[in-house]
Amino acid sequence: MTTIVTKKPAKETASIQPQKKAVYETKQLNLWYGNNHALKNIDLEIMENEVTAIIGPSGCGKSTYIKTLNRMVELVTSVKTSGEILYRGRNIFDQDYGVEELRTRVGMVFQKPNPFPKSIYDNVAYGPRIHGIKNKKILDEIVEKSLRGAAIWDEVKDRLNENAYSISGGQQQRICIARALAIEPDVILMDEPTSALDPISTLKVEELVQELKKDYSIIIVTHNMQQAARISDKTAFFLNGEVVEFDHTDTIFSNPSDKRTEDYISGRFG
Amino acid sequence: MSVREKFDFELNSAQEELISLSTMAVNALNKSMEALISQDVDAALEVIEDDKDINQLEEYINDRVILLIAKQSPVATDLRRLIVTIKVASDMERVGDYAVNIAKETIRIGNQELLPQIGQIQQMQKLAVAMLRQVIDAFVEEDVVKAKEIAELDDQVDELYGDVIRKLMRAGGENPDRLSQITQLAFISRYMERSADHATNIAEQLFYMVRGQHYDLNK
Repeated sequence: MTTIVTKKPAKETASIQPQKKAVYETKQLNLWYGNNHALKNIDLEIMENEVTAIIGPSGCGKSTYIKTLNRMVELVTSVKTSGEILYRGRNIFDQDYGVEELRTRVGMVFQKPNPFPKSIYDNVAYGPRIHGIKNKKILDEIVEKSLRGAAIWDEVKDRLNENAYSISGGQQQRICIARALAIEPDVILMDEPTSALDPISTLKVEELVQELKKDYSIIIVTHNMQQAARISDKTAFFLNGEVVEFDHTDTIFSNPSDKRTEDYISGRFG
Repeated sequence: MSVREKFDFELNSAQEELISLSTMAVNALNKSMEALISQDVDAALEVIEDDKDINQLEEYINDRVILLIAKQSPVATDLRRLIVTIKVASDMERVGDYAVNIAKETIRIGNQELLPQIGQIQQMQKLAVAMLRQVIDAFVEEDVVKAKEIAELDDQVDELYGDVIRKLMRAGGENPDRLSQITQLAFISRYMERSADHATNIAEQLFYMVRGQHYDLNK
């Protein structure tokens, strides 16, 4: 008699993963821009020390979602939300939750490198200075540590006083990552951080993301499917403001459950 | 034609080539057995000659699939389909090689009178060919139920194989002067058993292609 036995990949049975904690728990999040219902009943649990990729076609709500995680979305007028986002167990929409406190813990890197028109040093020291650090020795240490963390120290250590605009786009983006690291955040949000970079700079940022996840939790919005496949642990597919599928990246890109996910990742729409 | 339409077209073409390759391999297996039964050395030589086409087509399919993977970065079902195409092409190419081996044994046996065990080997061949044809159909239709039935036929081939080998061993004791043909027939029955195993492999690949999970149909 023939029986069908599903073979489990050896990896799954062999590895024992240490218990990870959720950094963000999104529960029934809805968001409206005026009458436009941009996020619908989002439930997502984002784990610490992982890279979580958010993918989906333009206008699906993925950027809106990550901008909600540090409440940057509130800068847009006529935004209304319902539901909860727990950051480390506490609802970020609570009235007594200070937005500055949240953004100290949650750094952000944007699509286009946006250094300040200041020296490389001053860009990285900007956050710590705002938080009251004036001691030059301490600032020097923070700047070096952050630039090393962003894998750009060796390239800029002799030109720290040059204007950040004088270096290449790929380097500028890593300066922005260093600037985010300087405030010692817990989470780094990245909104298409490599879409304006050439392939070599892209690879450097991708390698950096892999390094950074040892110390930080990273949430990255990307239009680049292969990038999501290469660097993320989990992937959420957004469509029309909803999460269609959220799973291990390996599963999403090898055997997704939802046909819409499959159609999107294999380039059949979007 | 959009980029994705072109990809789908290329992928379908590669699969159509695979069906051609499969048909050629199964026909070769049939023809080699007919040559053996009718002791037709010319037909056996044709099988050997035609194998070049099978090998070339397998290489062509592999090149095409590798190019598609390199240029299109396929994922999920598309990627599984391409990987399975390469693996099935390799299985079918091997079936073609068994046909060549049988053709070579046919030339060695020449016009010696065939031992009665040839009847059971023919039964094995009919089952193996039926399995291969069924798995090709299942592949075209992506029909996993049909693929599962193939494994059941494989059990029959394995039983016949065991029986043929036992009888050939016994015949070896009784007819020591015919040891050469007994050895050739033992090899030929082995090629039939292996061909049926390749059909089962392909059925497992089909499961993987359609469902994205690994199944062991040999349990």
